[in-house]
Amino acid sequence: MANDDKILEQVTNNEYKYGFYTDIETDKAPKGLNEDIIRMISQKKNEPEWMLEFRLDSYRKWLKMEEPEWAHIYHKPIEYQDIHYYAAPKKKKNPKGLDEVDPELLDTFNKLGISLEEQKRLTGVAVDAVMDSVSVKTTFQDTLQKHGIIFCSFSEAVQNHPELVRKHLGSVVPNNDNYFAALNSAVFTDGSFVYIPKGVRCPVELSTYFRINAANTGQFERTLIVGDEQSYVSYLEGCTAPMRDENQLHAAIVEIVALKDAEVKYSTVQNWYPGNENGEGGIYNFVTKRGLAKGHNSKISWTQVETGSAITWKYPSCVLLGDNSVGEFYSVAVTNNRQQADTGTKMIHIGKNTKSTIISKGISAGYSENSYRGLVKMTKNAHNSRNFSQCDSLLLGDKCGAHTWPYIKAQNTSSVVEHEATTSKISDDQLFYCNQRGIDTENAIGLIVNGYAKEVLNKLPMEFAVEAQKLLSISLEGSVG
Amino acid sequence: METNTLDISLKDRMISLFEDKKDQIFKNDIKPVSALRNEAFEAFTKMGFPHTKMEKWRSTSLEETLAKDYNFRIEGAPRQTNVEKIFECEIPDFDTYMVAQLNGWYVYRKAPLRTLPNGTIVGSLAQAMQEYPELISKHYGKYADYNENGLTALNTAFAQDGIFIYVPDGVEVEKPLQMVNIIDSDENLFIQSRNLVIMGKNSKLTLLQCDDSVHHRYTFLNALTEVYVDENSTLDHYKLQNKDDSSTLINNVYLHQEANSNVTTNAITLNGGLIRNDTHVTLNGRNCTANVYGLYLVDREQHVDNHVFIDHATPDSYSNEQFKGILDDSSSAVFNGHILVRKDSQHTNAYQNNKNILLTDKATVDTQPFLEIYADDVKCSHGATVGQLDQQAMFYIRSRGISKENARMLLMYAFTAEVVNKISIENLRERIDDMVKKRLRGELSICDQCVLHCNHPEKELKFNIDMTKI
Repeated sequence: MANDDKILEQVTNNEYKYGFYTDIETDKAPKGLNEDIIRMISQKKNEPEWMLEFRLDSYRKWLKMEEPEWAHIYHKPIEYQDIHYYAAPKKKKNPKGLDEVDPELLDTFNKLGISLEEQKRLTGVAVDAVMDSVSVKTTFQDTLQKHGIIFCSFSEAVQNHPELVRKHLGSVVPNNDNYFAALNSAVFTDGSFVYIPKGVRCPVELSTYFRINAANTGQFERTLIVGDEQSYVSYLEGCTAPMRDENQLHAAIVEIVALKDAEVKYSTVQNWYPGNENGEGGIYNFVTKRGLAKGHNSKISWTQVETGSAITWKYPSCVLLGDNSVGEFYSVAVTNNRQQADTGTKMIHIGKNTKSTIISKGISAGYSENSYRGLVKMTKNAHNSRNFSQCDSLLLGDKCGAHTWPYIKAQNTSSVVEHEATTSKISDDQLFYCNQRGIDTENAIGLIVNGYAKEVLNKLPMEFAVEAQKLLSISLEGSVG
Repeated sequence: METNTLDISLKDRMISLFEDKKDQIFKNDIKPVSALRNEAFEAFTKMGFPHTKMEKWRSTSLEETLAKDYNFRIEGAPRQTNVEKIFECEIPDFDTYMVAQLNGWYVYRKAPLRTLPNGTIVGSLAQAMQEYPELISKHYGKYADYNENGLTALNTAFAQDGIFIYVPDGVEVEKPLQMVNIIDSDENLFIQSRNLVIMGKNSKLTLLQCDDSVHHRYTFLNALTEVYVDENSTLDHYKLQNKDDSSTLINNVYLHQEANSNVTTNAITLNGGLIRNDTHVTLNGRNCTANVYGLYLVDREQHVDNHVFIDHATPDSYSNEQFKGILDDSSSAVFNGHILVRKDSQHTNAYQNNKNILLTDKATVDTQPFLEIYADDVKCSHGATVGQLDQQAMFYIRSRGISKENARMLLMYAFTAEVVNKISIENLRERIDDMVKKRLRGELSICDQCVLHCNHPEKELKFNIDMTKI
C-alpha cells in the first residue's frame, strides 16, 4: 500500500504541461457586465441589429434566472461582475495568410502542438484556433470552399452568412435554456460556425482549438454546426488554459442541427487546467451542448474525453425529433486531485423508431468527485424507440467519490429503456494476474484503465485517439491503489 | 420560492391549528416528546409541504390533494371497541397478533397496552409514553429527521397516537404482528399517525402493516414508522396497501439497523389514489443485511411513488433493492432508489433494480436509480428497465399453442413472481399470489373495486382486507 501511496503522490505532482501563458497584447473590455458592455461587444464585432437584440434579450433573461444548484459540485460563488467579458489578442485586421498572423500567436499554438502552418495539412485536419474567445485563424479554407463547406469563425459567419446564422442560432439551445446558456448568449464573443451543404461528405476532419490566455477573463464561445440533408461531418474540439491561481469561467454553447439523413460526429478532448493538488485555480467549465436530430434518419454522436477543468458541468444532449434518428453519447471522464465533474447526457426521444446509446465511463482518483447525470425520456409518440445506457465508475483510491444519477421517463408502451451501471475498483486479482506475467503495477493499471475506456476511445477519430490515450495515461499515471 | 395559494392556506391552517389546540396536542406528552414537537413545528413552519420544485418530489405532486378541504381530529384518545367489528382479515388460517388504528387513534378490546406472554409489549403509543417513558425518550424521533422533509416535521409536530411495539432482548415473536390502519370516516380527514417499533438484541419479529380505507371520502394519511433493530435481530416487514382511489397515503418508514441485523421489507401496492412510500434504511453496524422489495400493480389514475434511501454508514454490509411494477390505464409510478456509501464503508455490496411494464401509452414511469459512493472497495450496481413483455418469450409460448391472452398473463405473472416469492409467510404469499393473478386477469370489474357496495345495499358495510375488492 505504501508503494501505491508513493505512486499516487507522483501523479499529484504531475505538471500540467499546457500551463504557460503568452504575454501578448490583449484588447480587454472593463470588468463587469451590463447592457453597455454587451453593446460594446456587439459594436466591436460590427454586428447587425438582430444580433444585438438577441444578446440584450438573453441578458435580460439571465438577470431573472438563478444559478443552478442541483449539480453535485461545490464552489465558491462566482463574482460575475469581476470578469472581463471581452478579451482579444490584438491583431492586424483580417490576416490573409499565415505571414500576417502575429508570430507570438503562432508560437503559442505551435507550443500547444497545434500547428497552424502549412505542414499541418498533411494530417488532414482543418483547424479553427480560438484564443480568449476570438478566432485567430482558420486553416484549410480553400479545400473546404471547393465543396461549398462553410467553416469559419462565428463573427465572420455573422458578417458573411447572416441568414444561416439567424435561422439556426438559438434554435437548439434557446437563450433562456439555463443560467449559463443565457449568460453565453448575452456575451459570447466568437466561436466556430460550420455549414455542410446538401449531399456533401466533408473530406477532412474539422477542428477547433480553444485556448484561454488572458487573466481574469471568462471564455464564452459558441459553436454552431449545421449539417444539411445527406451530409456528413466529423468535428473535433480541444482545449487548454494557463495555470493560474484564480478560477476562470468557461461557459460555452455548442448547437448542432442535423437535417434529413445527415450525420454529425462531435468529439471533444477536454484538457483545461484542472487546478493544483489543493484544488486552487482551474477552469470552471459550465457548458451547454445539444444536438437536434431534426430530419428523418439523422444521426448525432457525441464523444468526449474529459480530463481537465476544476469543475465540469456539461451534458451533451440529443433531441431525437426526426423518425429513425439516432443519438449516441460516449464519454470517459477522469477526475483527479480535487477535480469535480458532473457530466452526462440527455436523450429526448420524440420521433418514431429513434435509437440512443449511452456509454459513460467515469474514473475518479485522489479527492475528486465524479458524477454521471443523465436523462432518457421517451415521449408519447416515440413509438418503438430504444435506449441502452451503461454507466460504469472506477474508483482509484478511497477518498474519491463516484456517483450515478440516471433519470428515466417513459411515456409509451412500445419503447424499451435499459440502464445498467456498476461501480468497482481495479481488483487485486487483475493486478496479480498482470504482475505475475511480469507487468509492473503501474503499467498494469495503465493497461486495465485503457481497456476499461477502450469502448469509448475507439469512437474517437484516429487523429484524436492517440492523443486521448496518452492524455489518459498522464492524468492517471500510477494513481491506483 | 413559489408556493401556491392553496398550499399556503392548508399550511396556515395547520399552523393555526397547532397554536389553537396546543393543550390537546401536548396533553399526553412526556418532556422530550414535547420538545421535539416544538422543534418540528418550527421546521414545518419554515419548510411547508413538499412541492414539485424539490428534487425528491419532482414527479409526485401533492398540489391537488392538498387543495382538498380536510378536517382534523385532534381531540381523541385511544378507545375501546371490538376490533373484529371494523376489520376482518380474510386470509385463511392466518394467525396473527392484531393491533389496529382507526382514523389515527389506537383501538383495543381489552387494554390500550398489553404484554404478550413472551414479554413483548404491544399497544397505543400515547399510552406507552406514560408507562415506558425511558424507552420512548431513548428512541422516539431519533431516526426520523424532521429537518429533511416537511411531512416528517408535520407528523412529529402533530402525531399523538399510533402503535408501539417493544420486543425485549432474546425474544422471538412466533406469530406475525399485524398492524392495521383503517380510515373510516364520513368527512374528509387529514390524519397523522406515528408508530414506534423497538427490537432488542437477538430478537425476531414479523410485522405486517395493512393500510385500508372505507368510504369514498378524501383522506390524507401521513404515517410515520420508526423501527430500531438492535444487534443480531431479524425483522420481516410487509406493507400491504389497498386504499380507495380518493385517498392519499404518505408512508415514511425509518429503519435503523445495528450490527449483524437482518431486515427484509416488502411493499405491495395493489390499489390507492396517491401513495408515496419513503423507506430510509440506516445500516449502522457491520454485517447488516437490508432487503427492500416492492411490487406495484396500478391502473386508472393511481399514482405510486417509492423512494428508498439506503445509507451504508459502516463497512461490510449488504443491501438489495428490487422493485417491480405493472402499469395500466393512465396510472403513473415513480421509483427513486438512492444508495449512499459513506467514506470508509468498505466492502459494501449494494444492488438496486427497478423493472416496469407499461400496458398503455397513457401510463408513465419515472425511475431514478441513484448511486452515491465515497469508498473504493465496494461492489455496487443498479439497473432499471422500462418496456413491454419480452417478445421472444411471447413467441416461444405462443409457438407451443398457448393463446396470446394466456401467454401475456403467464409472462406478467412470472414478472411479478420474483417479488411475490420473497414473501416468507406462506399464507400471506399464497393470498397475494392469488390476488395478483386475479388482478392480472382483470376479473375484478370496476364495480367490485368500489367499497360503497351500492349494488348490495342489504349487505352490511364491512371492510376487510379481502383484496378481491380492488
